[in-house]
Amino acid sequence: MTLFRNVVFIAALAGLCAGIVLAALQSFATVPLILQAETFENAGEAAPHDHGTPAAGEQAAASHSHDHDEEGWAPADGFERFFYTAAANALSGIGFGLVLLAVSELSGGISSWRNGLFWGFAGFAVFTLAPGLGLPPELPAMPAADLASRQVWWVGTVIATAAGLWLIAFRKSLPLAALGVALIVLPHVIGAPQPESHDSPVPADLHHSFVVAVTITNLVFWLVLGAVAGMIRSRFLGQPALRGSFA
Amino acid sequence: MNTVTTTLGADVTSASKFMQLAMAGLLGVFVVGFLGFSHMEVVHNAGHDYRHSLAFPCH
Repeated sequence: MTLFRNVVFIAALAGLCAGIVLAALQSFATVPLILQAETFENAGEAAPHDHGTPAAGEQAAASHSHDHDEEGWAPADGFERFFYTAAANALSGIGFGLVLLAVSELSGGISSWRNGLFWGFAGFAVFTLAPGLGLPPELPAMPAADLASRQVWWVGTVIATAAGLWLIAFRKSLPLAALGVALIVLPHVIGAPQPESHDSPVPADLHHSFVVAVTITNLVFWLVLGAVAGMIRSRFLGQPALRGSFA
Repeated sequence: MNTVTTTLGADVTSASKFMQLAMAGLLGVFVVGFLGFSHMEVVHNAGHDYRHSLAFPCH
C-alpha cells in the first residue's frame, strides 16, 4: 500500500495548497457576488416578484428553496460561513488531487511542475469548462432545471470529456483521437437540462461577472493543483515512467 | 486497463499498482461527490458558497 499512501500524501499537500488559494480568491471574487445575489433572493421572498407568467413565477419560487432560516442548521454569516467555505475548498482540493494523481499515475505520472500545469489545464477543461458550457455557474435566486437531471448531465459531461481528452493525449491513433473529439462534443449535442424560463431577478451583468469569476478562480485552482503535484511527486514516487507524452 | 499499462514498462504493470491507484481515485471521487452533490441539507448549507463557486448544480 506504499503507492496508495504516497498518492494520498501528495494529493493532500497539493490539494491543501490549491484549496487554500481557491478559498482566498473566492473570498473577494465570487462570494461577494453570491451575497449580492442573495439580496435579490430575499427581496423576492418578502414581496413575490411578478415574472409575467404564473408558471415562471412558481418555478423561480421553487428555486429559492434553500432559505437558510427555514431549513435547519446553516453557518452564521461572517467568519463561520467563510470557515466552512474554506474547509470545503481544502477538502475538495484533496479530492480533486486524488483523482488527478490516480489518473496521471496510470498514464506515467506528472514529471514536473510544468507538466503539472498541462494536467491542471486538463482538469480545468474536464471539471469546469465542459460542464460550465451547458450549465453556467448559477447565482442564488436564479431559475434552474430539476436538480437531479442537472447533476446527471454534469457527471456525464465530466466523464465524457475526461475520456475524450485521454484518448487524444495518450492513444496515438487518428480514429481514437476522432472518437475522443466526438466524446467531448457529445454532451453538448445532447444538451444540458435548462429551466422553462430564464427569467430571474438577478441582473444579467451580475451573473456574467460571476461566470467569469468562477471560471478564472477554478483555472488558477487547477493550475496550482497540477503544478504543486508535479513539483513534489518525484520526491515520493521516483522518476516518472518514460513514455512519449504531450508535454 | 492492460492496454494502458503495457506502455509503461514491465516493472510497473502489477495489478496491485492499478488497485491502489483505483482506490485513491475512488476516494477522491467520494470526497468531491459528497461535498458537491450530497442532498443532505446540512452539507448543502455548510458548503453553499463553495458549491456555487465551483459551479456544481445547486438548489
